[in-house]
Amino acid sequence: MPTFDLASVPLRDLNQALHAVGAGANETGFEVINPRGAHAVAVGIDAPVRVDVRGSVGYYCAGMNAEATVTVHGSVGPGVAENMMSGTVVVKGDASQYAGATGHGGLLVIEGNASSRCGISMKGIDIVVKGNIGHMSAFMAQAGNLVVLGDSGDALGDSLYEAKLFVRGEVKSLGADCVKKKMRPKHLALLADLLAKAGITDVKPEEFTRYGSARTLYNFNIDNVDAY
Amino acid sequence: MCGIVGLFLKDKALEPRLGALLSDMLITMTDRGPDSAGIAIYGPSEAGAGKITVQSADPAADFKGLKAALAKRLGVAVSVTVRATHAVIAVDVAKLDETRTALKELRPGVTVMGSGESVEIYKEVGLPKDVAERFKIGAMGGTHGIGHTRMATESAVTTFGAHPFSTGPDQCLVHNGSLSNHNNLRRELVRNGLRFETENDTEVAAAYLSHKLATGSNLGAALESGLSDLDGFYTFVVGTKSGFGVLRDPIACKPAVMAETDEYVAFGSEYRALVNLPGIETARVWEPEPATVYFWEH
Repeated sequence: MPTFDLASVPLRDLNQALHAVGAGANETGFEVINPRGAHAVAVGIDAPVRVDVRGSVGYYCAGMNAEATVTVHGSVGPGVAENMMSGTVVVKGDASQYAGATGHGGLLVIEGNASSRCGISMKGIDIVVKGNIGHMSAFMAQAGNLVVLGDSGDALGDSLYEAKLFVRGEVKSLGADCVKKKMRPKHLALLADLLAKAGITDVKPEEFTRYGSARTLYNFNIDNVDAY
Repeated sequence: MCGIVGLFLKDKALEPRLGALLSDMLITMTDRGPDSAGIAIYGPSEAGAGKITVQSADPAADFKGLKAALAKRLGVAVSVTVRATHAVIAVDVAKLDETRTALKELRPGVTVMGSGESVEIYKEVGLPKDVAERFKIGAMGGTHGIGHTRMATESAVTTFGAHPFSTGPDQCLVHNGSLSNHNNLRRELVRNGLRFETENDTEVAAAYLSHKLATGSNLGAALESGLSDLDGFYTFVVGTKSGFGVLRDPIACKPAVMAETDEYVAFGSEYRALVNLPGIETARVWEPEPATVYFWEH
């Protein structure tokens, strides 16, 4: 398994090696040591590789990820998994602002807390946060699911479109046009699946409250619901 | 952007290394703002001793004979330690105001960067590495300090537009962000008797806190009232003679990360600024909450 020591190897070498992985490649496991808060670690991967980052990183880790599984054994700065397309990103520590922002797909798991604007403008990504999330999370979130085992800060889901929000703890306040919604059997099944994918076994879907859009701020047409 | 750092030592054993640790933190933040850099360092203070940090565009002429001229005017012993474009004038603390008045007459080209019993402030246009080297910050000891590397938005790139800003005795402030009500607030503070050296928004925040501290608030209460009176984007790190505070606006889009161990409390715009601190691997590392006052006191 190739190991990149960012104390001695330029970041660009790591990212170029990850981008060079082609279909059917033998080398699919990468390890990154001494990231020391570096920005843009493991961004733009487009192959089913596994990357383990041993330490904390700065901005935009695993941004634009497709297919890869990136695990950060530490905390991440702003914009982790920003615009992720598919694959899985796991953060063992905490995440700073706008985790999973604009993500189109894949699964982002944050085992600690996420700060403000988690899942802002998400477009299909699934985000599971074991701890708490900060204010303005899921702002203008269009599609996908945000699952929070802890509490939410102020203005959750402000100007929300069709993303689904599930919070197990307290919500400090809801944003404009975000309302509490009834948990139906299909939502419980969805939640059970997301929790299982995130490796969470000690929490039941019934413990969560669902929040979603009241659909008064944008021109929602029920005929278009399949588009989300 | 802008990069800000702060280090508040709890462990006396680290005090000789304060300048080295703080300048290393600031240099790591260079790519957040290359316009100018500054450091405020709170050194050891002796009872009754005061100091004034001054800056000159023509240090050779302004600092020559300054010690003798001041001693003659004030009638007390004065020491002058020159560091490149800055000099630290040590004088009886009761004579600080008199010294500032004398300076205006004796050396009109000199600008006061800060004064008090403990603080020394060094700032210049240029990269953190060059600024730290010019003033030999790495060799300085102290109890706490804050630093700033600037990407200018609200006023010109000059020595006087660089942070930290000091508007009261042993007080200083660094800022990442931009204020939107600084012109109005400046007018109000001027009516309350405060004086301003620049058109800079951060100087207004510093003067606001100085005004609050001068009218009976402690640092925590002053920062708390700032939440309702200061409009705009800010992450502030503030120093007083014995205290160290952090405040982020309610939107909190300007980055901040903190670390605490038994030895120190540290602040950085990014985690990268903290990675060389001793014991960082086991420190409690967290992002300060928006609209929440943090402060520590010796």
